[in-house]
Amino acid sequence: MSEEKQQVSRRQFLNYTLTGVGGFMAAGLLISPIRMAIDPVLKPSSAGEYANVGLAVEDITTEPQRVDWKIDQVDGWYESKVNRSAWVFKNENDEIMALSPTCTHLGCVVSWEGSEDHPNEFFCPCHDGRYYKDGTNIAGTPPTRPLDLYDHKVENGMLYLGKAQVRGEA
Amino acid sequence: MLQKIYDWIDERIDITPIWRDIADHEVPEHVNPAHHFSAFVYCFGGLTFFVVVIQILSGMFLTMYYVPDIENAWKSVYYLQTEVAHGQIVRGMHHWGASVVIVMLLLHTLRVFFQGAYKKPRELNWMVGVLIFFVMLGLGFTGYLLPWDNKAYFATQVGLEIAEQVPFIGEYLKTLLAGDAEIVGAQTLTRFFAIHVFFLPAALFGLMAAHFILIRRQGISGPL
Repeated sequence: MSEEKQQVSRRQFLNYTLTGVGGFMAAGLLISPIRMAIDPVLKPSSAGEYANVGLAVEDITTEPQRVDWKIDQVDGWYESKVNRSAWVFKNENDEIMALSPTCTHLGCVVSWEGSEDHPNEFFCPCHDGRYYKDGTNIAGTPPTRPLDLYDHKVENGMLYLGKAQVRGEA
Repeated sequence: MLQKIYDWIDERIDITPIWRDIADHEVPEHVNPAHHFSAFVYCFGGLTFFVVVIQILSGMFLTMYYVPDIENAWKSVYYLQTEVAHGQIVRGMHHWGASVVIVMLLLHTLRVFFQGAYKKPRELNWMVGVLIFFVMLGLGFTGYLLPWDNKAYFATQVGLEIAEQVPFIGEYLKTLLAGDAEIVGAQTLTRFFAIHVFFLPAALFGLMAAHFILIRRQGISGPL
């Protein structure tokens, strides 16, 4: 360690203290506005409640059928009912599948056998995206992952759907 | 690092003289509280500016949540106050700052008045200052309506009737402000919002620039 005294010049001292005090004031001024602005990112995402979609389980076949229902959406200070839809069917293991109709390419709406040229597939009219019946995207078409799958449960013989979950890449 | 970035820019566009011109100037002894404590009265102008900066910043952030619509204005303010983290603090800054800015402005005006600092050659700057005062009152009046609660609504109704008392043009003035001859409602709220966040701040910036350029040109008035 050097014995030499570290000299702090008057100019340096003033620079440090003024920058420090100024920074402290600016931080004090900005911290609340910034915390408020980024609040939407930090809010926990809603758990996603299950809604009765008005389809009896016994009516679900191996042929995908479209169901539409409404959910209560709370958007900040605005509450409204918004439409949801799903393609529901039973797969070969007799499990209920409820696929989101939102194309995983750019978000258009897909339909079961939406194109006469591609039977037994989901088809997106925007860029000819295609999916197999289980929602898996067909290689060589624009979508990059399978159609999202709704959480579902059965109560009193009726189908309830929750949140659409992203599935892994095909 | 910062020094290098600064040097890189300065080498190309020579910014040092620009900020020197703004920041580097003598502060006369008679306005420096370190020499005479009573010189703190010279701080009120700067404090007014500081609070105005707080108002601008907090106001910018508040418009992220606020909607100037009679259905949603109150709800959006309520949401901001109760559901958004720190929303209460930011609205508090804007609410209390609005009062503090008027207080500081009055103290600044009183100092200039009782020191006679408005006298020749500074009459022009006094006039600019009075215009700033009016713009501030306008900001206070228009901002008061925005939460769209009972207090805001009835205060604005009274304010509009005061405007109506102006001879000859009173009724037109009231309609112009309220957006409707009879109703204080949807069109009043959008008008007040536009005046509060666009028209008056624009006027305020212009006037403040003139105020500061004049004080730099003419210098601070001499000691008493």
